[in-house]
Amino acid sequence: MAAMVAAEGSVGRVVLPGDVLLLPGHPEDDGERLRLGTAAAPRGRLLCGPGLRRCAAGLLVTKCGLLRHRPAGGGGAAAAGGGAYWVDSQQKRYVPVKGDHVIGIVTAKAGDVFKLDVGGSEQASLSYLAFEGATKRNRPNVQVGDLIYGQFLVANKDMEPEMVCIDSSGRSSGMGIIGQDGFLFKVSLGLIRKLLAPKCEIIQELSQLYPFELVLGMNGRIWVKAKTVQQTLIIVNILEACEYMTAEQRKQALAKLSGN
Amino acid sequence: MAVEVKTKLSKNLLRMKFMQRGLDAQTKKQLEEEEKKIISEEHWYLDLPDLKEKESFIIEERSFMPCEDLLYGRMSFKGFNPEIEKLMIQMNSKCKEEEIEVDDKMEADVSDEEMARRYETLVGTIGKKFLRKRDQRVLQDEDEDGNSNTRPSKKAKKKFLKPQD
Repeated sequence: MAAMVAAEGSVGRVVLPGDVLLLPGHPEDDGERLRLGTAAAPRGRLLCGPGLRRCAAGLLVTKCGLLRHRPAGGGGAAAAGGGAYWVDSQQKRYVPVKGDHVIGIVTAKAGDVFKLDVGGSEQASLSYLAFEGATKRNRPNVQVGDLIYGQFLVANKDMEPEMVCIDSSGRSSGMGIIGQDGFLFKVSLGLIRKLLAPKCEIIQELSQLYPFELVLGMNGRIWVKAKTVQQTLIIVNILEACEYMTAEQRKQALAKLSGN
Repeated sequence: MAVEVKTKLSKNLLRMKFMQRGLDAQTKKQLEEEEKKIISEEHWYLDLPDLKEKESFIIEERSFMPCEDLLYGRMSFKGFNPEIEKLMIQMNSKCKEEEIEVDDKMEADVSDEEMARRYETLVGTIGKKFLRKRDQRVLQDEDEDGNSNTRPSKKAKKKFLKPQD
């Protein structure tokens, strides 16, 4: 008994897999409501994000979570065409998605290809030519156990995921081998998205503490490096704990630290 | 005396390029059309009515990046890694192009007034280059009249000063 509800009405509410979201402009089966005139033309392209699939009547929910919506034209010139709907769900297990930037650990070198562990069901492959300035004679200096920040070139359920460390124009733009020292740890995927949101208070507050470097991978892995080991561990503890702390608790904790 | 039968050349041989060089344009065209006919007849197609493609307004996307406008994953604070800080500004400004448009007007190295002054004198000096000799002499006289005050000092400078023992 799947519920058929209007998409706009359930924004911000919990949706379950199997629910069908009706979009304005789609004629219903009985043909009563045919509001094509108002909605169809100005809508443009609608982005159907993670957790949703296209179906005959509208959008079919495939994951449980909160339904989110970004209105069309919001956010300046960067927004694509129409609005976007997606399901904000929580999980710890990462599924490789094309275009995602992730931190991988090199597990093996097989000829011209490195095998990386990205936390998915399969190991990703990375060719040695996929680094900036790499040629057959000039190979990148990658050893087993190194950390690599790259993006997925190919990631679907039928093929082995492939990663690269350059973008479409051939520049590395920050991707590649992550340097020495530092600390790598794993958090849930929802926290990563919270930290990467445009105005994240946690990151802003942490940046006031001490100088440090941070790499966030969409597979739930975070790498931190600060000047001393103690500072690094403090940042790690805050990031791990801030998922379940309220804003006040976090500010109290940080105040204690900056007092020390 | 036997009437020699011309050796019959095969169709494929006649279709080759070197055999067609001697032909007229018309015969060439005819041959081409025949070939096209043969190809189009051999071409297989489905004898079904055209299905109208449903206009899809909806794009399926499995990544969170375009939905939530996430920032770039590498960050550095308080100058820990200057290259990454530069990269942060670059990458995050790609998302927020509006802010960049405001800063389009670059600060000029030379102010407008100075440019105007320089141009004034420049026009004069380069203009002199293209004057004829008569006009140049006129100009020189004008200059001398103007600089008559500085003359005595110049003359004084030019005189040789004998070194005193």
